[in-house]
Amino acid sequence: MAESDMEDRSTSTMPGGLWTQPSVSVPDIGDGEVIQRITEPASLHYSYTPGRAPTRFLRGLAEGKLLGGRAEGHDAVYPGSRGMDPVAARPTVESVEVGPDATVTAFCIVHIGFGEKAPPTPFVSALILPDGAAASMYGTVLGIPYEEVRIGMRVRPVWVPEEELGLTSENITHWEPTGEPDVPAEQLKGHM
Amino acid sequence: MSAERVAVVGIGQTKYAAVRGDVSLPGLLREAAYRALDDAHMTMDDIDAIVVGKAPDFFEGVMMPEPYLADALGAVGKPLFRVHTAGSVGGSTAIVAASHVESGVHERVLTIGWQQQSVSEAMWALSFPIPFQQQLVAGAGGYFAPFIREYIRRSGAPDDIGILVALKDRLNALKNPYAHLHEPEISYDSIKESFMLWEPIRYSETCPSSDGAFAMVLAGEKAAEASAAASGVNPAWIRGTAMRSEPATASGRDQISPKAGQDCAADVYAQAGITDPVADIDMVEMYVPFSWYEPMWLENLGFAPEGEGWKMTESGRTRRDGDLPVNCSGGVLSTNPIGASGMIRFGEAAMQVRGQAGDHQIDGARTALGHAYGGAAQFFAMWVVSSEKP
Repeated sequence: MAESDMEDRSTSTMPGGLWTQPSVSVPDIGDGEVIQRITEPASLHYSYTPGRAPTRFLRGLAEGKLLGGRAEGHDAVYPGSRGMDPVAARPTVESVEVGPDATVTAFCIVHIGFGEKAPPTPFVSALILPDGAAASMYGTVLGIPYEEVRIGMRVRPVWVPEEELGLTSENITHWEPTGEPDVPAEQLKGHM
Repeated sequence: MSAERVAVVGIGQTKYAAVRGDVSLPGLLREAAYRALDDAHMTMDDIDAIVVGKAPDFFEGVMMPEPYLADALGAVGKPLFRVHTAGSVGGSTAIVAASHVESGVHERVLTIGWQQQSVSEAMWALSFPIPFQQQLVAGAGGYFAPFIREYIRRSGAPDDIGILVALKDRLNALKNPYAHLHEPEISYDSIKESFMLWEPIRYSETCPSSDGAFAMVLAGEKAAEASAAASGVNPAWIRGTAMRSEPATASGRDQISPKAGQDCAADVYAQAGITDPVADIDMVEMYVPFSWYEPMWLENLGFAPEGEGWKMTESGRTRRDGDLPVNCSGGVLSTNPIGASGMIRFGEAAMQVRGQAGDHQIDGARTALGHAYGGAAQFFAMWVVSSEKP
């Protein structure tokens, strides 16, 4: 390696002017198109052991029930598998059934979905507040033209057939309107 | 015991691009770092410690890259500290670097934020499946778009405010040679007609994916004055720094104007002696990855009353020639190497008060705010820099 290249690589001297990559010499690789980028899919398989709160939530789902958790001495019920009330900073030791009816607290119309589970676009991705819960969960709203979805709209979960119920969130495929009157949006503040 | 005064005395950044195929990641970091050292009239030998930040490792799939980058960072045999706060990381990293000097432990600290989005899969990283939880099938912007819709509902803002923000920032970027997106043909109509991704967010109202790095040299009072004497450029004195966070989902949380953001702003203003933010701050570099976040953060940061941020945008007050220029660099909407984006905000604010911003300089800028946010709009980092020593 030339001495000037050595200087360029040093961490203790400032080269004059802006630093540039040392010039490299590559053996002749022929006249074909130079490959600069490749995509290399990678995956990792692992076993996951749910803790107490996810176990309760998943067992509920397998029975077609939507469960939330509540911390001792606190009112807020958090839907889903979380094990802690983030405001009280206490474990959610008590299981409480929420919903199944719920209210859309916020949503967007998705024209570019992601993942194998995404419905055909456009579709509505919404924050959904199950009755009795203090915070919303994500879900898709189908069964209504996307432009008719509203903040405050009442929805209910659509479950997979009973014989397909398993220990998975995928038991609820999507949410659809109940047809009840909307909840005033102002009442939903703080519950997204 | 009073804290050591701290100033930004060196700033360096790379040219940003969708793919910086001409340099390796170590080369990218060195490009920014050497420019910052050059600006500070220092060499790596002068640096006592290095503080770095980038987005979570699953973006590129390389865990803990900082040890293998230690050589490129000039960190061999020196303290090397990494900060993790999701999208706000660039800002938090600068604040942690400042605290290294403020504490009196180190005199000169090099701080670098970076991202190589070209080798990552951001859409996957932002919505990868977590066991037993429903996957967010809406993609990256699908997380924030519902909050924007709720902001529009509450404020009654006209539906083209986002277009005005995107147009302003992309035009500002034309004056910043380092910006990723240079779109001289951009217009109100071209943004309006761009593809709707996550209604109400259009393609041209969304940040790009960029490769790039940003570096700063922070110094204590004596070292800062020596550096300024050598370089002839005024230091940017740090007048206040603050970080706050809150849970992503919590009963009573307001995602539209998070309390953590309000508290963070109040703290940093109090430290900097700012009582009237619009009057006391000359320009803002604000973290706006989706256009509508400009009016939302104008309210969250106390520049406008609740529900009225959009009026500041609509009336042109946040343009270069307005009374509160926002994102003269082109902002995150024009350049987004995630781990660097917060530091670019902090560094661009420092460039302005040092009079170093070139064609996008705001004449006479003396006090500037750098702002970053991350996660589910739940992590906040801010600093106020000034041409005047505290």
